[in-house]
This record gives sequence, structure tokens and C-alpha cells, in this order.
Amino acid sequence: MSKITYIEYSGKSHTIDVANGLTVMEGAVQNNIPGIDADCGGSMACATCHVYVKEEWLNRLPKKEDGEEDMLDMAFEPKKNSRLSCQLMVSEQLDGLVVNLPEKQV
Amino acid sequence: MIKTDALIIGAGPTGLFTAHQLKLIGLNCEVVDNLDKIGGQCIELYPDKPIYDIPAVPECTGEELTNNLINQLKPFDIKFHLSERVDEVKKNNNSWEVKTNKGTEFSTPNIIIAGGVGSFEPRKFGPKDCEKYENKSIFYSIKDKSIFKDKTVSIFGGGDSALDWAIELSKDSKVNLVHRRDEFRGAQSTEGAMKNLVKNGKINLFTKYQLRNVNGKDNLESIDIEHDDKEIKNIKTDYVLGFFGLIMQLGPIANWGLNIDKKTISVDTEKFETSQKGIYAVGDICTYPGKLKLILSGFHEGALAARACFKLARPNEKYRFEFTTTSSNLLKRLGKKE
Repeated sequence: MSKITYIEYSGKSHTIDVANGLTVMEGAVQNNIPGIDADCGGSMACATCHVYVKEEWLNRLPKKEDGEEDMLDMAFEPKKNSRLSCQLMVSEQLDGLVVNLPEKQV
Repeated sequence: MIKTDALIIGAGPTGLFTAHQLKLIGLNCEVVDNLDKIGGQCIELYPDKPIYDIPAVPECTGEELTNNLINQLKPFDIKFHLSERVDEVKKNNNSWEVKTNKGTEFSTPNIIIAGGVGSFEPRKFGPKDCEKYENKSIFYSIKDKSIFKDKTVSIFGGGDSALDWAIELSKDSKVNLVHRRDEFRGAQSTEGAMKNLVKNGKINLFTKYQLRNVNGKDNLESIDIEHDDKEIKNIKTDYVLGFFGLIMQLGPIANWGLNIDKKTISVDTEKFETSQKGIYAVGDICTYPGKLKLILSGFHEGALAARACFKLARPNEKYRFEFTTTSSNLLKRLGKKE
């Protein structure tokens, strides 16, 4: 289990214990965190699980694979610290990760 | 008004195989899809991505799967209504009356929703004021390019659509191309052609910029774009085009009185019927305990929903289960027997 904090656009914060091996997206969906749609179910085909990662975490995350940046082009208001949460596998290295959710996903 | 035994909403893999099952058991059906082509997510989102978990098909791409399903429908005559979205569903005695956004009307005892995650719609700009100018000065697709002649057009996006239109419109218009990063997703040759036009001053390229604001009164006058490092530029422009691909929206389905939870529709696992008699949901859009969003599950769900349709479409006949290997009825329908 690792602690992942999701902060909604409104500022409401949820800290959840997510089992290692799940993705940050799955952690949100399984715990009914509003603000992550994940329409395509994690196949990196929709950009509706878009999150902003806190700066200090940017370099500690697994690198983007081919295709993630392309999908982020289509996300709502992508920024330098944008990631698709379906591509972030939870592990001990991610314990304490904080992600901010965008105003909307589409 | 088109009368049919069953109307399928969605021409993705599940909708296609459901159509196969309906025709095989002797029912007729028509299919409506909002996309301009058959295949749903398989063709729109991952035509080139290999899929490895279709039973008996070790590996195939979204496009190959779609083509195989279309081939499997060849023995049957099925009418597809593409680029149409079902907007209205109304009960009329024992049948449903269905109307699309293009005005096509159907009367049917059975509606099978195989809508995936909803209909594909263009992804739009973030700033709220953009809505005010939509379809006047701001567009997400181009129907008549002549309106841009001798005007300033600002194009947003980094894929083939954005690049192709930037190149095309640069012939007769002043073109600004704006993209959020330096890399483009379009074909390399297209990107090369665009960069040449930038060199020759035919296209103004702004990378690492995104749309922040639109300004104007009745007509759009200018836009503000913001750089990654927060610097803001004001650009005079007559038109703005956004090419950010498609998103899936549940759309009008939400208004049909079905049990909807998190963009999915609750069904039973015998008929895959929704809370409304004669309306079924199959594939990614349906949910029930244990639901898996796999293509193979959609095939199973469609096969069962098709049998359920039989009861309502042929109330005075009894459905008899048959195998394609042995049934002369089925073989005749498949065109394998006189």
C-alpha cells in the first residue's frame, strides 16, 4: 500500500491507500474520487485521467512512454507537470505522491 | 419512418457482432453511429494498436478486427446510418420511436445500445468565452474552407488535422499555427512541409503556447495565447480552429430514463435489458456485477441481447436455438445453402 493524495480542482483533498501494482488512475476510480473519468479504461487512448503532478515529484516518476505526450496534447489544459494517471503505477517509490486534478477532463 | 426488428446504436465491434447475431436468427436490424466510419473505438482510438485477447485471434489491430467483423456481415444486408446520432427515444405502445439528429426516424420493438463510452465529439477549447463564437469564428471541423480566404486563421493542435489544414489554408489565408510543445504528432512529411512554409513566412508558428483568452464583441477580434513560461501574446485573428481529436460523451443517452451510473447503464445478465423493456445495453456501456470491459464480453452480451429481441420482434413465434454447423436455416441465411 502507498499513500496517494488526490486534490480536486475545488481544493478538496483525498488521501487514499492504494495497493502497489494498481495505477494512480485505478486508485481514484476504485475509491470514487471525482474528477478522473478514465473513459478508455487505461489503454492510453483518451486523456481523461489527466493529472498535474506536484513539481517535486516530476523527476521521481517513471518516464513517459511513447504516446503519453501525444495523448496529453488532447487533454484539457495540459501543463509541463501533466501526466496520465493510468500510466503511473503505484509502488513504494510513489508513496506520498500528490496529484492535482484539472478543472475538467473534457 | 423506418420499421425494423432492432435498432443498434453504435457500430463498434460489439454493435457489429450483435448485428450478425440478429441477422443470423432471422431478425432485421439497422445500425446508427455518430462517427463517419464503422468500427467505433477500434477504428477511432487504436486502429494500429495490436489487440491480443480476442479468442482464437492471437494478434490483430483495431482496424483488422473491424475489417474482419465487416467481412463476417457480408452475407447480410444491413443498413448503416453513419455520421448520425440518436437524439430522441420515445415509447409508442409496444414499440420505440427513435429520431436522429439528421431527422431519420425509426420504429422498432428493440433498441440495443452498443455505444461504448458514448458518442465521439470534438474536444473543445477551455476558455468559456469560446462557446460564444463557436460555429461563427471558432470551429472544430471545416465544412467550407472558402470562408477563410484572405482572412487570418489561427490553428491549434499538433496532429495531422492541424498540420494538413495549416498547409492547405496557407495558400489563401494568413495562418498562425499554435501548439503546446515543440514536437508534432503528424506524419513526418507533413511536418516537413509545414516547417518549410514557416521558413518561407507562409505560416507563423507558435510552439509551447496555449489559448488563454478570446477577445471581441459580436465578432471575434483577437486571442491571447500563453507560453509555458507565462508570457502572453495577443494575436489579431478572424477565425480560430481547434484540432484536439475526439472525446467520448454519453450525450442524449443520459435523457432516456435508463439507470445510469458513472456513464454506464445497468442491465440484467440474461437479456442485457436496461430498466426499460425493449432497450438493451451491451459492450463497454453496460454494467452488471463482474462486468469486464473486454471486446469478447461485448460479443457474448450482444448474442444474448439478440435472442431477447426475438421475443419482442416475433411475439407469435418460438425462438429455437441452432448451430451454424448443422442448421440449414442458418446456412441459408449465411448464403451457404440454397
